[in-house]
Amino acid sequence: MNLVEPAGPVGPVSPAATSPDLAAPSSVPEVPAEEVRHRRVLSILWRSRRGRAGCILTGVALLTSLSAWIGLYPYSPTLQNPAAGLKAPSLAHLFGTDQFGRDMVAQVMQGLSVSLEIAVVAVLIAGTIGTLGGIVAGYLGRWTAAVTMRVTDMLFAIPAILLALAIVTALGAGWLHSALAIGIGYIPIFVRVVRGPVLSLRESPFIRAGRVLGLSRRRLLFRHILPNVSGVVAVQVSLALAWSILAEATLSFLGLGPPPPTASLGLMVYNATSLAATAWWTLAFPSIAIIVAVIGFNFLGDGLRDATDPRARTR
Amino acid sequence: MLIGLARRLGSMLVTLLGVSVIVFLVLRLLPGNAVTASMGVSAGLLSKAQLAALDHYYGIGQPLLQQYGSWLSAIFSGNLGVSLASRVSVSSLIGAALPVTLELAIGSLIIGELIGVGFGVFGALRPGRTVDNLGQGVSVVGLGVPSFIIGTGLVTFLSSVFHYFPSSETFASLFRDPWLNIQQIFFPSLCLGIGIGAAIMRTTRAAMLEVTGLNYVRTARGKGLSRHAVTWRHLFLNALVPVVTMSGIQLGYLLGGTVVVEQIFVLPGLGRLLIYSINQRDFPVVQSITLIFAAAFVVLNMLTDVLYTLIDPRARA
Repeated sequence: MNLVEPAGPVGPVSPAATSPDLAAPSSVPEVPAEEVRHRRVLSILWRSRRGRAGCILTGVALLTSLSAWIGLYPYSPTLQNPAAGLKAPSLAHLFGTDQFGRDMVAQVMQGLSVSLEIAVVAVLIAGTIGTLGGIVAGYLGRWTAAVTMRVTDMLFAIPAILLALAIVTALGAGWLHSALAIGIGYIPIFVRVVRGPVLSLRESPFIRAGRVLGLSRRRLLFRHILPNVSGVVAVQVSLALAWSILAEATLSFLGLGPPPPTASLGLMVYNATSLAATAWWTLAFPSIAIIVAVIGFNFLGDGLRDATDPRARTR
Repeated sequence: MLIGLARRLGSMLVTLLGVSVIVFLVLRLLPGNAVTASMGVSAGLLSKAQLAALDHYYGIGQPLLQQYGSWLSAIFSGNLGVSLASRVSVSSLIGAALPVTLELAIGSLIIGELIGVGFGVFGALRPGRTVDNLGQGVSVVGLGVPSFIIGTGLVTFLSSVFHYFPSSETFASLFRDPWLNIQQIFFPSLCLGIGIGAAIMRTTRAAMLEVTGLNYVRTARGKGLSRHAVTWRHLFLNALVPVVTMSGIQLGYLLGGTVVVEQIFVLPGLGRLLIYSINQRDFPVVQSITLIFAAAFVVLNMLTDVLYTLIDPRARA
């Protein structure tokens, strides 16, 4: 199979001045160069329409879940009040109430923060294992690479959401299990995306020079190769967050997310299927929360790619 | 060409074998086993001898490798086991559900390609104009709105505004009642089609724009070919390879998506059977369906690879 990264073409990263050891004269300070590069990426990101939309939408999602985290709810998300069930949006309840009279603002906030927590843990798992795997498959000898890629192909051959379903079935529903299931499904994509640039970096002059100078393999891999794939990884982290939020919502929509009473966006949408005809707000607000987060991280990823890899710039 | 094909076939078989190992391991390393799954709490009341007999019956006492071996050889002889929940053979359950999912998948692929290629090609002809902007809008929807939200919204909208919900009737097969069947399949296919279409559209558009500026296109226009001929014979045919790649990648999304959409539209396909079996902790069925989906994905990907060589003479190495 010669499937490439689903996230679109990612060209080799230019081995720009990110190798402190081999960087030119010591009179040139190193840190500012890094900083300038980062600032440039951020400014390109902010100037593109997609990038800016991504920053704003993810900002909204992050702020919302942050305030849920520190407990800035208007009401308790689990407080039931059957007398005030299915009330339309009003000043007291901006998003209305659900069938048990629970405030929808509080529930959406909690659902979003739970989604993001699971997504972050899932991406940590996928990103760490996948990036390491990609570096290993790209840099180390033929056998290690061949075995890593074979295993990756096999994992990739199972549609990720199905793999997640199977893992959740095996482990049982729960917070950590969802994160694990989603993370494992995304590992192969990180491996593939990282491996490409590593393959071309391996033969680049500055890495060969490092090898000749006798730098240890570990130093080469983590101090010289890893920083040069950080752009690709950053893009993929953002896209992976979008996918993980989507996958988490899908799992909980299918009844395999964290069990109630924890609010969960997917479950809220599922519960709304029978209510939405008379109470549109039960469907609308959790859906909007999911869409904002998914589109936000997708746009952020696209924008980051444009900013870090000029050749892949979307037209 | 033949050697390349044989090599692909070989590597596909290796991948399939690996997939079967993963599926086996994931669902066999469960806390609890077939005995506790089928007996529930009452498994605790069994005597040691009864437990041992049941373990033997389900083949649990054997070493892992041997269990895998017997599972695999049973699959090759077409025996997928017996459903723990309904006591019917798994292959008959799957045989009844497979055609529904197949129809849904084909319907979604058709709609997805129509949306994706249509908006992609016509959008790229006049970038920034109405059709292009409309396409970009659809692509954002397809990218960011999960299929279960599109589905739930669609069901709510159709039933509350038009009082129209074909899925409320029992599912009609294509041969028994074609008209009702098409109504029942169309909306779920649309749901999934928008999702696939978005990705295909982005790829088509980019690939079209890539070749639009090339010299041979200018030559083709210059020698007076009709616009139709330039668009489809010269532009689209050369933009086709990435479009096929993207379609292949989207097949995985499609197979996963059927699970969700069948649930919403109450289609008695593999996806619905899968979720039902997960909730019943009916592992033989879950295992078989996961394996079927994975095998379908692997085989379809190989077909996509073969398709390249048919489209692009340069790929015939």
